[in-house]
Amino acid sequence: MSEQPLIRARGLVKRFGDFTAVDGIDLEVAPGEAFGFLGPNGAGKSSTMRMIGCVSMPTSGELRILGMDPARDGARIRGRLGVCPQLDNLDPDLSVRENLTTYARYFGMSRARARARAEELLDFVQLRDRAASRVEPLSGGMKRRLTIARAMVNDPDLVLLDEPTTGLDPQARHLLWERLFRLRQRGTTLVLTTHYMDEAEQLCDRLVVMDGGRIVAEGSPRSLIGTYCTPEVVELRFPDGVDPAGGLEGIGRVDPLPDRVLLYTGDGDAAVAEVHRRGLVPSSVLVRRSSLEDVFLKLTGRTLVD
Amino acid sequence: MVSAVLAARVSPARVGAVVGRNVGALRSGPAYWLVLASGFFEPVLYLLSIGVGVGALVGELRLADGRVVEYAVFVAPAMLAVSAMSGALSETTFNFFFKMKYAKTFEAILATPVRPLEVALGELAWAMTRSAVYTGAFLVVMVAMGLTRVGWALAVFPAALLVGLAFGAVGMAVSTLMRGWQDFDLVTTGQFALFLFSGTFSPVGDYPPVLRVVVEATPLFHSVELVRGLAAGLPGWGLLGHAGYLLAMTAAGLWVAARRLERALCR
Repeated sequence: MSEQPLIRARGLVKRFGDFTAVDGIDLEVAPGEAFGFLGPNGAGKSSTMRMIGCVSMPTSGELRILGMDPARDGARIRGRLGVCPQLDNLDPDLSVRENLTTYARYFGMSRARARARAEELLDFVQLRDRAASRVEPLSGGMKRRLTIARAMVNDPDLVLLDEPTTGLDPQARHLLWERLFRLRQRGTTLVLTTHYMDEAEQLCDRLVVMDGGRIVAEGSPRSLIGTYCTPEVVELRFPDGVDPAGGLEGIGRVDPLPDRVLLYTGDGDAAVAEVHRRGLVPSSVLVRRSSLEDVFLKLTGRTLVD
Repeated sequence: MVSAVLAARVSPARVGAVVGRNVGALRSGPAYWLVLASGFFEPVLYLLSIGVGVGALVGELRLADGRVVEYAVFVAPAMLAVSAMSGALSETTFNFFFKMKYAKTFEAILATPVRPLEVALGELAWAMTRSAVYTGAFLVVMVAMGLTRVGWALAVFPAALLVGLAFGAVGMAVSTLMRGWQDFDLVTTGQFALFLFSGTFSPVGDYPPVLRVVVEATPLFHSVELVRGLAAGLPGWGLLGHAGYLLAMTAAGLWVAARRLERALCR
């Protein structure tokens, strides 16, 4: 595998009129990596993904995908990408199998190769028994799997997944994660956006946290937690009308949220003992390992909603 | 036009893949076939009711060369041009708009090496195919009813294809400008006005001068004149002018459609 990065961006900017969606980001993704963009809605993740997918041209900055310039070689680059968009755009007029064979033809594959490839992919995403069905009656998880199969049809060097599991039930998410994990094992480079912390931890070797069009942190999931967070978090809830914030000072970093108080600490149990020693009586106590969600709170100062 | 197409490096295989998608969609069920069939019967019903029915009251008409013909002979070529127009328009307005705005079909296609102009060319080729099926079938009806001769019918067919091409291209361009379904009422009204006043049911020479100038600027008029000239067996240099109008319309429509697609979907 070559040493050249698959994606290289320097000072990448995307503006829509007065609105700056992506505000000067730098990044590199190496072959074989699983790279994630983490951030709330409106952070600039999807705009970045569309630029990487060569369907949207950067306003300014430098962007190289597979060593090529999207402005000049857009079609050639797209020929080596697999794209799984945020909202399924499967073809409602075609069957599951035809969705794959038809898509293969857009990449210039012969009919015979398209058919063979479709059969392989139907097995890979476990949709063989639905091959003749229309798309519309499929469940959300099946549609997502079909979209991922469609993204694989040209055997891409780089697969872009924009919020691959948003809106799926836990079972469907886990099945999808397992399929994506297998893609990683085969050496396929994955770039994904997500606002699920567990998804980023499960799937990504390395990730960037985006907020307001900028990259606010970068690293592996573990290193981000190590840098921006304590090993453990205590979540305390208090009865209505009790404001304990002052009484908690000195136990750890205190982060009062509307419905609960977070205590960032190296030792959760010791912190809880200290809370009780000070005579505070929370209505519920939860000690847990810190997660990317906590990193996110620290970096952007707000909870990750929707 | 040709150089612009070459500059954009159009791939016939990719255009073919876009057409292939629409062929695949034909298998989607009976609904589409029903729509297809109704598109054929509409102009045939007009031909029978007005050309033949009203024609019995009208009697005969004098053509440009002084020949006197039955009213149905006068109306039939216009109905052929209308069927070429509506075949192409129904594909490039309603279906095109649905694929662009709702089914996100083009969004999915543009994530592949296929370019906006190739999508537009593929959709246009498909619209022409539909238009060609209508006009072919209508020509068979015309020959069977003795409204034109087989030889001239063969000359009319490519002219009708050109009509479909021109209206298909403009239909796509119009679709990219639509804000929602309500705007299609305007398209339908415009289409109906063209249908009534393009020298379809009475010679444009009989119109008041002002209306005549307006009509002679509109596309269905040129289509009807081109088709009628050939169906009646009266080829002349004037027909080239009508054909030129339709070719220019095709180029303009394609250019606008491809650009607007790119603006809308590759922001």
